[in-house]
Amino acid sequence: MAQLTLDKLNKRYGESAQVIKSIDLQVNSGEFIVIVGPSGCGKSTLLRMIAGLEDISGGGMYIDGAYVNDDTPSERGIGMVFQSYALYPHMNVYENMAFGLRLAKLPADEIARRVEESARILQLEPLLKRKPKDLSGGQRQRVAIGRAIAREPKLFLFDEPLSNLDAALRVQMRMEIAALHRRLGSTIIYVTHDQVEAMTLAQRIVVLNRGNIEQVGTPLELYDHPANEFVAQFIGSPKMNLMPATLLTAGATESVVRLWNGKELTVPIPTPASAEGTKVKLGIRPEHIEWGSVADAPYLADVLFVEHMGNETYHYLDSGNLGEPWVVRNPHRSAVAPGDTVGYLLPPEHCHLFDDSGKSFERRGGGAVAMRVPGMDAPAISFAEPMRTNVIH
Amino acid sequence: MNHNSESLSAPMAAVTAAPPAQPARPATGKRSLQQRRSRAAWVLVTPALILLAAVAGWPLLRTLFYSFTNAALDTPEEYDFVGLANYLDFADGDKFGVLADPLWWQAVWNTLWFTFASVSLELVFGMLLALLMNQKFRGQGLVRAAILVPWAIPTIVTAKMWGWMFHDQYGVVNDLLTRAGLIAEPLAWIAEPTLSMWAVVIADVWKTVPFMALMLLAALQMIPSDLYEAARVDGATAWQRFRRITLPLIMPAMIVALIFRSMDALRVFDLIYVLTSNSEATISISGYAREQMIAFQEMGTGSAASVLVFMMVAGIAASFLWIGRFNDEGKENKE
Amino acid sequence: MKLTRKQKELGAKFWIYLAALVVSVICVFPFYNAVLTSLRTGQDLFLTSYLPTTFHWDNYVNALVENGVGLSLLNSFIVATVTVGVCLLVSITAAFALARVRFRGRKYILFTILCVSMFPQVAVLSGMFELVRFLGLYDSIGALILSYTTFSLPFTVWVLTTFMRSLPVELEEAAIVDGAGLWVIISKVFAPIMGPSLVTTGLLAFIGAWNEFMFALTFIISTENRTVPVAIGLLQGASQYELPWGNIMAASVVVTVPIIVLVLIFQKRIVSGLTAGAVKG
Ligand SMILES: Nc1ncnc2c1ncn2[C@@H]1O[C@H](COP(=O)(O)OP(=O)(O)OP(=O)(O)O)[C@@H](O)[C@H]1O
Ligand SMILES: [Mg+2]
Repeated sequence: MAQLTLDKLNKRYGESAQVIKSIDLQVNSGEFIVIVGPSGCGKSTLLRMIAGLEDISGGGMYIDGAYVNDDTPSERGIGMVFQSYALYPHMNVYENMAFGLRLAKLPADEIARRVEESARILQLEPLLKRKPKDLSGGQRQRVAIGRAIAREPKLFLFDEPLSNLDAALRVQMRMEIAALHRRLGSTIIYVTHDQVEAMTLAQRIVVLNRGNIEQVGTPLELYDHPANEFVAQFIGSPKMNLMPATLLTAGATESVVRLWNGKELTVPIPTPASAEGTKVKLGIRPEHIEWGSVADAPYLADVLFVEHMGNETYHYLDSGNLGEPWVVRNPHRSAVAPGDTVGYLLPPEHCHLFDDSGKSFERRGGGAVAMRVPGMDAPAISFAEPMRTNVIH
Repeated sequence: MNHNSESLSAPMAAVTAAPPAQPARPATGKRSLQQRRSRAAWVLVTPALILLAAVAGWPLLRTLFYSFTNAALDTPEEYDFVGLANYLDFADGDKFGVLADPLWWQAVWNTLWFTFASVSLELVFGMLLALLMNQKFRGQGLVRAAILVPWAIPTIVTAKMWGWMFHDQYGVVNDLLTRAGLIAEPLAWIAEPTLSMWAVVIADVWKTVPFMALMLLAALQMIPSDLYEAARVDGATAWQRFRRITLPLIMPAMIVALIFRSMDALRVFDLIYVLTSNSEATISISGYAREQMIAFQEMGTGSAASVLVFMMVAGIAASFLWIGRFNDEGKENKE
Repeated sequence: MKLTRKQKELGAKFWIYLAALVVSVICVFPFYNAVLTSLRTGQDLFLTSYLPTTFHWDNYVNALVENGVGLSLLNSFIVATVTVGVCLLVSITAAFALARVRFRGRKYILFTILCVSMFPQVAVLSGMFELVRFLGLYDSIGALILSYTTFSLPFTVWVLTTFMRSLPVELEEAAIVDGAGLWVIISKVFAPIMGPSLVTTGLLAFIGAWNEFMFALTFIISTENRTVPVAIGLLQGASQYELPWGNIMAASVVVTVPIIVLVLIFQKRIVSGLTAGAVKG
């Protein structure tokens, strides 16, 4: 268990490419942090810098307050799980887990104790004599995790550990990793590009984009209070709809915007007077758009196509020449067919506003927090602002 | 080091506060990962480099050195510098030196012709063979094994085997050709200057086609089969599929194989030495250099010829590289 | 009449089998012919018959014992084995560094090695001659071990480098995380995995050394130190003008059979080694 501090960490390859640009991050002891971001944004690079597999070009890295920039991975006391498992093919499961311990010159009985302990935790005991090639994908991944556990590291690093597994196994391993974290209480940094993994595993999510941190926060913070357009569209699936608008009247509690179609909408979002008259974007998530009757709904659109997922339905609305179609998501079956004209509403309490540069105007409310499933430990959420209870539709 | 304590507390604040100046990097006295690895890498390659310098670099330099001397093979310690005389010298209105020797130019011609003929034949037959091996048929394993036989046979044995087959009176080749009615009289494959080079080329092609075929086959097998299926759906004929898909995709491998084989053919020695006993009609530049050096004991002249061989091979290799680069640029420009 | 699909396929199959047959015959026939000849003596030698007529083993006895090819086999074996052993030992560490570590000068080293592997041997002949004499190795198989390194070492380094490159990076990184230094990574992680590749590379280098002719011809004088190619190349009969074809063919068969057997056993590996050395280069 350890605390990790990144202080203006950056990385460049050669002269030109700056892959990580001045990253500040504080990871608390025992915390489960997930780093997400689009492909090529530098997630792996950042993780490998933390691991000590990649040199740090600038800035400082501290584990429990100690400067570790020039320490080897083993000196840093990290354990790492790779996407391709990276098990030693010529060693059996036991030897794979014991290899690092032997190199650290631990006494034999201590090695045996640790390997057996981690094998027990991951239910690998019957497999200890097998070679990696005789294991299934899920088992290999468990051995890779076991190898990391056996080292009793201060810090666990996972680089997309589940992306080589099939969907069902991925769900199962996800739960095992969550359980493992609860059990060991270790500090974990986990890289993925899978939103579901990020939302379900993380205590805090770090959204990375082009080597910059866009936002750090709990899953629901990111969902309800995205700091900018990028985060708003990156978190949540299907992604948030963005509609062009102009800020008519700024205000300390609410603001009036004029939408692309000339309609005005009052949203409970404070905006500074200086922004008045500027171009803004109104964001709303697919699940928050409501249907209205064609006769009196303020907005009308043609349905381009409809996707039936069984448990929910996605409707794609013609946005004219404003870009991608807008998506409406209903948690039930829908009789709407392509070619229909529909009327819809934009509930103001669910709207987000982004200024011209993509930064969001801070919203006052939270999302539609409906209930807590009893017995489920929600991660400790502390919103910066008091939550406003919303109407449940 | 009060920088140290500063930078320890700075990060906490940095998350919220405006970023302070770049924190100083504490001097830990350790090397970074990359530095450590580079150093170790040099240690790891050093033995190989030293060995290589001793057995290749040094002898090469000494060869160059001797090419400017008149040393004899049995007494290499006694020499005088003769400048470029081993290469070309004018005395009494006459020319001397390797470059003035008609046999050298004959050897150059022989070598170039041998290289051109055998490498182009190899390419054609190798391609046909590779296309055949790329088909699925029963007994493929056997054919593959059969193909490896010529490759596995030592060159000297190849030379002897073919020498026997080319025997003017009892050779199989003449016998088969006579039976087939292609020739009326047995041919003197080895002794006849116009035929002997063909004998060498045939033996060489027989031995090296498998190598070429295996290279090309490896490249062929990397072409995804759905490409062919797509082309078939588009109605491409077999020739069009070969011309438009196969050939462009295996081109890089083909060029590499061609370069390898050409370099190999340019230094040919053993096959010719044994099959045609270094006859004038077939002697290669390597054979010429060695003859000067060992048979005539002229270490200086032999070294000069060796240096010329080296320069010729290096020049051809460099022009291959140059053409390759030129091609790459051409492609980039087109895109 | 238009051919049906089935008929077309049958036709194609026919040509494929015919071509395969022709190719196999052409590849194997010269060797077969050598075997036939090696089993004939006297006037039989000059029969042009394509089936075995007699089974005389005299040629083999002659070649192996009287002509000293048996001893040459031993020499060849020693020279090739030692050369390959030394080269593999030195090149495995070099190949690791060249394949796995980015360091300044790496490209130049690789380029140099590639160039040396394409050297015409004759270019180092006189320098090597001097070196061999200086080391007192003239007319001993030590001279051959030394000179064979010239072409074996670049070859093994090059092929092993391409093999090493194909191993996953994450494996090495896992070992680094486990606290392994470069030496441990090479000896405990890579070398065991590389086993098959080492065998392949070693085998190819062995064949290269086994077949070498120019150095062996130049640096060895005495019959008892000759390697196989020279022994066969210089095999003389009773008279200068009449080559003892029976003996030569017998010797040829003897030195070729072990190599062919090896090659056929390691067929797949050899093909992958050859292509690793060239295509990926
Ligand atoms: N050795 C290198 N030299 C130059 N650029 C590199 C190097 N390694 C990575 N990069 C670049 O750094 C960027 C970040 O790479 P990284 O592997 O960290 O992305 P990632 O976020 O993990 O992506 P993915 O989700 O696809 O795994 C990429 O644009 C990549 O091209
Ligand atoms: Mg990655």
